[in-house]
Amino acid sequence: MTIDLPLIWYFLIGFAVAMYVVMDGFSLGVGILYPFFKNDAHRDVMMNTTSPVWDGNQTWMILGGAGLYGAFPLAYATFLPALYLPLILMLLSLIFRGIAFEFRFKSTRSRKWFDLAFSGGSIVATFSQGMVLGGIINGLDVENRTFTGGPFDWFSPFALFIGVALIIGYALLGATWLIMKTEGSLQRRCYQLARPLTILMVLCTIIVGIWTPLDNSRVAERWFTFPNILWFSPVPVLVVLLAWSIWDGVTHSHERRLFLKVLGLFFLGLSGLVISYFPLIIPPNVTLWDAASSRSSQLFLVIGYAVLVPIVLSYTAYSYYVFRGKVREGDGYH
Amino acid sequence: MPGLEALDLARFQFAFTVSFHILFPAFSIGLASYLMILEGLWLKTGRDVYHNLYRFWVRIFAVAFGLGVVSGVVMAYQFGTNWSGFAERAGDITGVLLTYEVLTAFFLEAGFLGIMLFGEDRVGKRLHFFATCMVAIGTLISMTWILMSNSWMQTPSGYEIVDGRFEPANWLNIMFNPSFPYRIVHMGLAAFISVGFVVGGVGAYHLLRNRRDEAARKMFSMAMWAIVVALPLQIMAGDMHGLNTLEHQPAKVAAMEGHWENEPGSQGMPLVLFGLPDMDSASNRFEITVPHASSLILTHTWNGQIEGLKQWPRDEWPDVPLVFWTFRIMVGLGMLMLGIGLLGLFLRWKGRLYDSAWFHRAMMFATPVGFIALLTGWITTEAGRQPWVVYGMLRTADAVSPLHGGSLWASLIGFLLVYAIIFGIGIYYMVRLIRTEPMGQEPHGGPGENRQPKRPMSGADEAFEEQN
Repeated sequence: MTIDLPLIWYFLIGFAVAMYVVMDGFSLGVGILYPFFKNDAHRDVMMNTTSPVWDGNQTWMILGGAGLYGAFPLAYATFLPALYLPLILMLLSLIFRGIAFEFRFKSTRSRKWFDLAFSGGSIVATFSQGMVLGGIINGLDVENRTFTGGPFDWFSPFALFIGVALIIGYALLGATWLIMKTEGSLQRRCYQLARPLTILMVLCTIIVGIWTPLDNSRVAERWFTFPNILWFSPVPVLVVLLAWSIWDGVTHSHERRLFLKVLGLFFLGLSGLVISYFPLIIPPNVTLWDAASSRSSQLFLVIGYAVLVPIVLSYTAYSYYVFRGKVREGDGYH
Repeated sequence: MPGLEALDLARFQFAFTVSFHILFPAFSIGLASYLMILEGLWLKTGRDVYHNLYRFWVRIFAVAFGLGVVSGVVMAYQFGTNWSGFAERAGDITGVLLTYEVLTAFFLEAGFLGIMLFGEDRVGKRLHFFATCMVAIGTLISMTWILMSNSWMQTPSGYEIVDGRFEPANWLNIMFNPSFPYRIVHMGLAAFISVGFVVGGVGAYHLLRNRRDEAARKMFSMAMWAIVVALPLQIMAGDMHGLNTLEHQPAKVAAMEGHWENEPGSQGMPLVLFGLPDMDSASNRFEITVPHASSLILTHTWNGQIEGLKQWPRDEWPDVPLVFWTFRIMVGLGMLMLGIGLLGLFLRWKGRLYDSAWFHRAMMFATPVGFIALLTGWITTEAGRQPWVVYGMLRTADAVSPLHGGSLWASLIGFLLVYAIIFGIGIYYMVRLIRTEPMGQEPHGGPGENRQPKRPMSGADEAFEEQN
């Protein structure tokens, strides 16, 4: 029996993407929430909660991209030109956002511009990521291993909706992150925001759940045939349970569990995606085995991954450990 | 021709973003090693001047590193956005090398950068020095992987073609391909020399302000040593690299030389010092030549010949004037830098290294010279391998993404605007840091500061605007 390397890589890249969503999602969310906080000191604290770790977080996106390039070159070579405009928009926004992290605390007169760069960069980057995801779900035209569609193929009401939904999702993640990392009036404001955001996120999840099978007969077929429907039904049930539990957690001021529960919602969304499309890597018709690089490439890479990623993870955990606990106003971060 | 337009736009965009990006990693590579030397000397001798210099330069390093990270994110995606034909056909090899760069270098740098910038008060001197070494080694590892990938594209080996795609056959041959050893030595030295001129220029600036400043003297002196040692090595490495290119990419060398056709008989090849290469007539106008010099340099014989460009079909020629002139600028600046280094050595011997204001002014003007040589050198080697993206195997025209001209225009304008703003801000701030007193870098820290963020630029605590 030979090891199914493409299958392993499918999940390894999924892991990098999930790590990115988990780790950069909340820090993008903090930027999305900026307009709801006018107080400059609050904004200081908000940025301080993520500034120690955002840099390393973003490296996961690079790993996801590079891993896709090495392990599934066809997928990399299809997604990037097909989703060119939203991807470029995302990169440019991330540049603005990254530079705001560096300069906001050193600026006085120009601070409002760096605030705008941080908040605007976070919102536009998130929206672009959502449109990229929506474009992939919609499917891309591939013939003879080349993308054959036009520059706006990704553009659809569905992709725009996913963009908005992701902004709401990251905002909720950011709010619960801030609940965990802050206290006082800032924390109270986050509790206030968490509830409407939860409602909106559940609404978005329901809409996506209805819209996707309506748009994609293949997904509909997979979901609604017996016995699949039995296997997949736990997902919506778990979504409802988690949402209720978040609602309850806000009422009872659960600080840490809230964040983990929202992460749970994201995990369910991701698993829903895998359930709907596996083993496709480029919907509607390219499977992960079609797109895989050679066995030698995948084997060579998997060895490096197996040795190095645990080291990276332990460092990351250590860095979160060093910066554990609440962030307070005037903390000596800068 | 819309197809051609998209190809040109994609090429211009890649050239622009990669040229911008490369300055910052080159700066980080050289400066990280300099910081490692400074801290090592401080630990060994206990002299405060080294510690002050470390603290002076680590803030500038932090800003350069931050800008390198920000522009590097773009690079990781450009292979796919603009060159999907290349990514699909060569991803089995280049994608793997890039992933190893992320795993071995990016995370290593990110991991130890925080301790390097903020950990001085917390982890003890030895562990801190270890962190500095890890960051410096990380920058070198990063350079190694990316040059492996670039060298493989220039002199591909260790692969087999399966269904039109490059599949790895022998990883050692891929990694240690024929041009890799020359390229990495040449690039590494270029990074050290570029930073040598920056450190020397900044030292000169501070010497002009205050000749007694011990840190200014020390950095100026160290930079002048580095320059005078590294330049002869670089010229040797460049010569060997050139011979390697002649062996593997003879058309590139012909373009560098402005050499169109073989001379009949035993005349020997002249070296074209000046000329305007004209691709239409396949000749140089207004030539000034040195008889037999090219034969001597390239074949080490009096009458040796290399292939002229006419040996290749017209559609396999690179852009000759571009390659010809960037090569001359690089070599000319190399000679100028060698001259400056020797002049510095002479002044040192005369005991006037710290007193010659004219020389300090010249060094200030020469601050960017290393970077200009580095960029023109890269243009020579990259433009010189055209029209191939994987030399002799895959044409650039077949590597480009199936993109619309409009998309490329939009993204190009976006990149131009954003880079102008962002790097304007970054470079403005670096200049502000450079102008601060080198001896005034008191270690800061104390209670309440043990939770510093691990962000590159927090290593610098100067305000962004001028304080009134």
